[in-house]
Amino acid sequence: MKKTKLFISIVLLLIFASSCETVKEYQKNRLKDAEMVLNARRVEKNEMNFQSYKEGASGANGGKTGGGCGCN
Amino acid sequence: MKKISLTLIGLYLLFLHGFSQVTEHYTNIFQAKPLKLEEINLVTSYYSQTGTHSAVTGGGTLVMGNQVLNGSEQLTDFANMLELKLVGYGETGLKHTILAGLGVDHHTAASQRWISNTGASSPEGTRVYPSINWTEENEAKGTEFGFGSYYSHEYNYNSFALDGHYGFKNKTGGEFTGKVSAYFDQVKLIYPSELIPATAITDVTPYVNVIKTNASSGKGGIINTPGTNYDNKENIPSSPRNTYTGSLTYTQVINKSAQFSLLLDIVKQDGWLGLPFHRVFFTNGTEAIENLPHSRLKIPVGARFNYFIGDDIIVRSYYRFYTDDWGLVSHTASIEVPYKINPFFSISPFYRYYTQTATKYFAPLGKHTSTETFYTSNYSSSAFSSNYFGLGLRSAPPGGFANTYLSALELRFGHYAQTTDLNSNVISLHFTLK
Repeated sequence: MKKTKLFISIVLLLIFASSCETVKEYQKNRLKDAEMVLNARRVEKNEMNFQSYKEGASGANGGKTGGGCGCN
Repeated sequence: MKKISLTLIGLYLLFLHGFSQVTEHYTNIFQAKPLKLEEINLVTSYYSQTGTHSAVTGGGTLVMGNQVLNGSEQLTDFANMLELKLVGYGETGLKHTILAGLGVDHHTAASQRWISNTGASSPEGTRVYPSINWTEENEAKGTEFGFGSYYSHEYNYNSFALDGHYGFKNKTGGEFTGKVSAYFDQVKLIYPSELIPATAITDVTPYVNVIKTNASSGKGGIINTPGTNYDNKENIPSSPRNTYTGSLTYTQVINKSAQFSLLLDIVKQDGWLGLPFHRVFFTNGTEAIENLPHSRLKIPVGARFNYFIGDDIIVRSYYRFYTDDWGLVSHTASIEVPYKINPFFSISPFYRYYTQTATKYFAPLGKHTSTETFYTSNYSSSAFSSNYFGLGLRSAPPGGFANTYLSALELRFGHYAQTTDLNSNVISLHFTLK
């Protein structure tokens, strides 16, 4: 079952990636919108810190992965 | 003949103009520009929390002698972070970016009182954390690399970190970044007053009093017993906690309105991974501080997908799967939908769902047996789920607010509820000055 899920995920990812268009710089005004950034935004930084203190999981969001504070 | 001559002169002027453009272009590219302050960001947040499962009191409220140790997780935190961004160009045309940050947090936590079983410990604490990052970018080649350093100090915890990253762009709108970081932390061994090791008492005479009364506070470590005033926190021993992280990020533009990223972290921790003032109570009525393995391997994998629908709506989505060798598995999913009321003002409702299984070492108050090797009653290691929702507002008028340096303002409020009875609210304000 796990292998099937992994296989489906990889196939979907490949279909997704292969359908990408080449976008020129002057066509990127929407992609460069402040709310389109592919990171957590600065205004979210402190709430992410609180979540990393209160939850067991952290990381994979550009923020803390465990070090630097008394959290997990 | 005249026509041919005019055409040739025209072509000559065209070429001359063309070359003169090229020369000017290259002159601009390779002209060194000293570092200049480009942007200032200030984020300020206020957080308040309630709950009933404090790890300091072993995961709940209990009676110790004549004293009731309240398991309240009531906490407030006022956090502020200032970041300066400086940008310059070297003589070879490479772009240099320096990010210099300083954060200061101040918290008040009801549970900290009970590090001493009399409730006399300081409930306050301040954390100061400066950071600096330098990045060199070759815009023509689409590559960049950089280094960073971070320091954090609070009464019971110190941290020093270094990181380095390298990234490159491909021709199809993809960007790959690899990053490694290492945190070298020191946990001060502040025990609950009734559990201070006998060796510590014989080693340093005043130390016993210091441990009894402090928490994570600059003012902690002071006790006024008749005729005595101790403040020698340097005598409290520390234990190391190291965290090593390798991160891979791949971002890809799909089309003019959509992009996604894939994130993978591999995190290895070793050292003192619990906190020494967290109590555990066993089924036979005895007590100890939490004891956790001195090693942990974490693997979080995440994905983001952002899509601009029409002219007004953006969908920001995120999913993360997490697993570690302590048996904790979690899923996180979030969605935020900024709606642009006009090009300069947006309103963003958001929702986040989180769920996790318990670690192998968790049990509630009074449920661990004293024969177990590892044990904790910290509810961040328990099985639970949480919901977090709220609203954000963002305004960035052209030319700034009333022609000042304030170019953007963001306000965000969220309410968080865990199935462990923990509830919290957080409000954040982000100022951008350019």
